[in-house]
Amino acid sequence: MPEVDLLQSVNMALARAMKLNDSVVVLGEDVGVDGGVFRATNGLLEHFGPERVRDTPLSEAGITGLSVGLAAQGLRPVVEIQFMGFIYPAIDQMVNHASRLRNRTRGRLTCPMVLRAPFGGGIHAPEHHSESCEAMFAHIPGLRVVIPSSPKRAYGLLLAAIENPDPVVFLEPKRIYHVQKENVEDDGNALPLDRCFVLREGSDVTLITWGAMNVETLAAADQLAEDGVAAEVIDVATLAPLDTQTILSSVGKTGRCVIVHEAVRTGGFGGEIAARLAEEGLLSLLAPVRRVAGYDTVMPLPRLEHHYMPSVGRILTAAKEVLEYT
Amino acid sequence: MSNMTDHGSLQNLEIVFTGLLGADGKPIGELPDFAGNPKKLIALYRAMVLTRKLDEQAVALQRTGRLGTYASSLGQEAVGVGVAAAMSDNDVFLPSFREQGAQLVRGVSVLEILRYWGGDEQGSCFGGPKQDFPVAIPVASQFSHAAGVALAMKLRNESRAAVVVGGDGSTSKGDFYEALNLAGVWQLPVVFIINNNQWAISVPRKEQTAAKTLAQKAIAVGIAGEQVDGNDVIAVRFVVERALERARTGQGPSLIEALTYRLSDHTTADDATRYRPDEEVSAQWGKEPISRLRTYLSDLGAWTRKDEETLLGDSTAQVDEAVTAYLATPPSEADEMFKYLFESLPPDLEHQRNQVANLSKEKTDARS
Repeated sequence: MPEVDLLQSVNMALARAMKLNDSVVVLGEDVGVDGGVFRATNGLLEHFGPERVRDTPLSEAGITGLSVGLAAQGLRPVVEIQFMGFIYPAIDQMVNHASRLRNRTRGRLTCPMVLRAPFGGGIHAPEHHSESCEAMFAHIPGLRVVIPSSPKRAYGLLLAAIENPDPVVFLEPKRIYHVQKENVEDDGNALPLDRCFVLREGSDVTLITWGAMNVETLAAADQLAEDGVAAEVIDVATLAPLDTQTILSSVGKTGRCVIVHEAVRTGGFGGEIAARLAEEGLLSLLAPVRRVAGYDTVMPLPRLEHHYMPSVGRILTAAKEVLEYT
Repeated sequence: MSNMTDHGSLQNLEIVFTGLLGADGKPIGELPDFAGNPKKLIALYRAMVLTRKLDEQAVALQRTGRLGTYASSLGQEAVGVGVAAAMSDNDVFLPSFREQGAQLVRGVSVLEILRYWGGDEQGSCFGGPKQDFPVAIPVASQFSHAAGVALAMKLRNESRAAVVVGGDGSTSKGDFYEALNLAGVWQLPVVFIINNNQWAISVPRKEQTAAKTLAQKAIAVGIAGEQVDGNDVIAVRFVVERALERARTGQGPSLIEALTYRLSDHTTADDATRYRPDEEVSAQWGKEPISRLRTYLSDLGAWTRKDEETLLGDSTAQVDEAVTAYLATPPSEADEMFKYLFESLPPDLEHQRNQVANLSKEKTDARS
């Protein structure tokens, strides 16, 4: 069983999906000869040829719309956007077409495509390379928004996304592309979408997060354990459609909840989770729900970036605040 | 690095215009082979008349509160009919929102068109052309879909093509350029049609771009570009057939600018008298596509007054029958809005679906 990091597991899942299904095609800027700017598509061109691994012109809106056409014809395009800051031209196609093709034709045409993009900050990248706009996609009916946070989940969730008969936005936390290695069996087994993953069980407080923030959140849980506090950590993994039940069950048990995300606070997806807790879990809450999020600012350039990113310290402070309520 | 400076010679910069039948119904060029068969021309004529009848009735339905906003194709019937007549059944058509003429020829029913514009998605679940796209409302975003459809065809080595239509305004958008560029670089089997009706709602063609023609935008991306008289259904069919032949035989994509004129308002929600002088419109009535083909057929002796009366009666009856069926079609169940959102409804949405279903049931119960 190979020990791989998150990026390698993405690569492994892409190769496996292409082996399993001839309809899978990979396209994007620099995905061919160069193997992708992060090397997520490394080696695919050699294995599957230029017809199925396609370098495209610089054309985010164009290649996303192109993928809608490919998908409507029964192919399974997996299109890579190089950085999240460049994804905005593709949003029109995802909102107006990909997400609603099935509905607007009452099932006659469908759109089984995956839009992959690395997202998030923390790697000292240039301007427009570090954003987290997952909430924009989670707001769109008909789209799935999936975010892996470990090599195993990246492998299983990407396979699931490619197999899924509907469009999926698959956001890869690039800060942790190389942080953790796991033994990942390249067995073609997908993980379930639309489900949260409980990464750590605990009875005192629920910490909910996704993407790279799982690292800080798990670290915070470790520190809380040293103080005798048992934190439950939930990796949301699929933001939309949301597995509310796992979250409600956990908070039903702990009565306390901190939501952690890198994206800006206002309109961030944490607000949706907090709202659902208020609507459906209020009576089990022993303390107000706290959000630890990016600030409502433009994503700072690298010299201020670390001030923006939620830290273990900020998570601990929020957790201690909610634990103080009796 | 000699290859960096060796551009070779640029391709021919001339934009060819094809017009075969003059506004007076007299041939002004050599007609293509199919035009030698009056039956084929009569089929085009019937389709244009049916389109005009549908538009007429649809506007009347909207004016009486029985149809939603509707975009008539009055005066532009030759574009849609000519384009669709040039296509094979197994090609794929990607229309913008004023292409009901083409849709009818492709086999979309009058009832389906009325259902869509009457506010029911079921109208886009075509019984006829299964792979054709529903109309694109956001301007220009359909062009890249056509490139994708064409790429799928090319990857499967199929001898068929995608045909996509947009308006003159759509050529000002980046999506248009991106799609043409993709099609050019990969030599995709796609034909881009610009239905240039001279007006993008209130903005005239001359304020849309400084380019002398819209067809010349093909030159920048290295594909074929030409103009055609969009009020001459014979010419439209001819040039689109020629472009489709190129597409299907690996000779690459084309851009065809069909020059026509929007005799109607932009949609039923528009009042063109706010921005367009009556004299301009009156002058354009002299060039409209239906009467010129009728004149030509009459001159040939292939069309009589009686034929005309029969056709008008038949077209009216066909549309009226569909209108009756449309008006008698009950709306879908309220929870239909959840049914095709995903292949299977995620548990997260079950509560919302049940809520709308229950509320709708309460309303129904209260009425009965």
